Amino acid sequence: MTGLTRDEMANRLAQDIPNGSYVNLGIGIPELVTKFVPIDCEFIYHTENGLLGMGPSPEEGGGDPELINAGKRRVTALPGAAYFHHADSFSMIRGGHLDLCVLGALQVSKNGDLANWSTGAPDAIPAVGGAMDLVAGVKSIYVLTQHCTKHGEPKLVETCTYPLTGLNVVNRIYTDLAVIDVTTDGFQLVELSPGIEFEYVQERTGAQLLPILETTE
Amino acid sequence: MINKRVASAADAVADVFDGATIMIGGFGEAGSPIELIHALIDQGATNLTVINNNTGSGEVGLAALIKAKRVTKMICSYPRTANSTVFPELYRSGETELELVPQGTLAERIRAGGSGIPAFYTPTAYGTPLGEGKESRNINGRDYLLEYGLTADFALIKGLTADEHGNVIYNKTARNFAPIMAMAGKVTVVQAKSIVSAGKMNPETIITPGIFVQRIVKVSEPAIESTLVASGVTYP
Repeated sequence: MTGLTRDEMANRLAQDIPNGSYVNLGIGIPELVTKFVPIDCEFIYHTENGLLGMGPSPEEGGGDPELINAGKRRVTALPGAAYFHHADSFSMIRGGHLDLCVLGALQVSKNGDLANWSTGAPDAIPAVGGAMDLVAGVKSIYVLTQHCTKHGEPKLVETCTYPLTGLNVVNRIYTDLAVIDVTTDGFQLVELSPGIEFEYVQERTGAQLLPILETTE
Repeated sequence: MINKRVASAADAVADVFDGATIMIGGFGEAGSPIELIHALIDQGATNLTVINNNTGSGEVGLAALIKAKRVTKMICSYPRTANSTVFPELYRSGETELELVPQGTLAERIRAGGSGIPAFYTPTAYGTPLGEGKESRNINGRDYLLEYGLTADFALIKGLTADEHGNVIYNKTARNFAPIMAMAGKVTVVQAKSIVSAGKMNPETIITPGIFVQRIVKVSEPAIESTLVASGVTYP
């Protein structure tokens, strides 16, 4: 069975963002979400280095080296954009003013703990950036990630073994195989990707997966 | 008449002393005051503690200052860059100490330091390795860490335009840490592309009021870090 491509994953997540949301996107697959704005929707993208109203990358070789995103790549500013300093930017984050943050993950535990900044390898240079502030302050935290690591190990686990970014912070997980909510009962399956079966996802998940809830019409 | 203009970048950093704590503005290359950093390398002060979000790229600007072994300790949130091995090598060999701070906590510690607030509580990093050993407190059912304000002996920042009173505006996302570092530095030095006489800037649009700025120096054509790195330039 093959799940969604990276673009399809980003597109699937974008369909669930409420119109008018203020959104911060992490580096990696989350950056692809900007490509998929549903018809009749407008999202305002925040980048923590001081811009609301971030637009797409300029043409190759164009743009301004002083107009960049959190990944330090050149971007553009859309009509209605605003620049601000770092303390204001993180007041937006920590103060609960942003609606949604989409992040990648190394591991997510069944109670919503997130590990996404360090593998804890002894020779690694530790680097955290704004991830811990984002998960502590943004109203909703969605994780957008492959279901398993490159080596086929589950990223959705009972307990994270990598250093944590935050405790009990993840609300929902979008993977190539499924959409899964983090609930007080654990991982609650919301939706399977087309052609993917429950057992296939359960086998690749490091904790119990609760079947899709039957809805009563 | 107040005029905070100094003649050169060398004059602007002439009194930086060994062991000083220095805040350097910039997020990656955006807002990095390369000419002031290079003047600091020429000036020779050593055993510095440097506060910046990153650790520079290539072997120019902040990375060059670190490579010259002037920096004993870095306080930053993200000391990795795709194109610099300067900091990782000195960190692994134990020559440069690292205090890793979440980016928002770093920003708030600088703002607090510049605002007369010695410490504050934040939810960021509670329950993580970066919260270990820190004082914590439960307020209204949520756990917070106590974090301390940061100040510096000098702040080196890059503006777009300044006036003789030290009022500053910035270019786009080059603003980042500069306004709060200007507040937290005992001596704040601003390099600006243009310097105008007092009264030429609209008071409604000033981002950093001149009270936070002690020295301004004109650097009309500031180097672009990524261009220097791409062409293999190293400093000195």
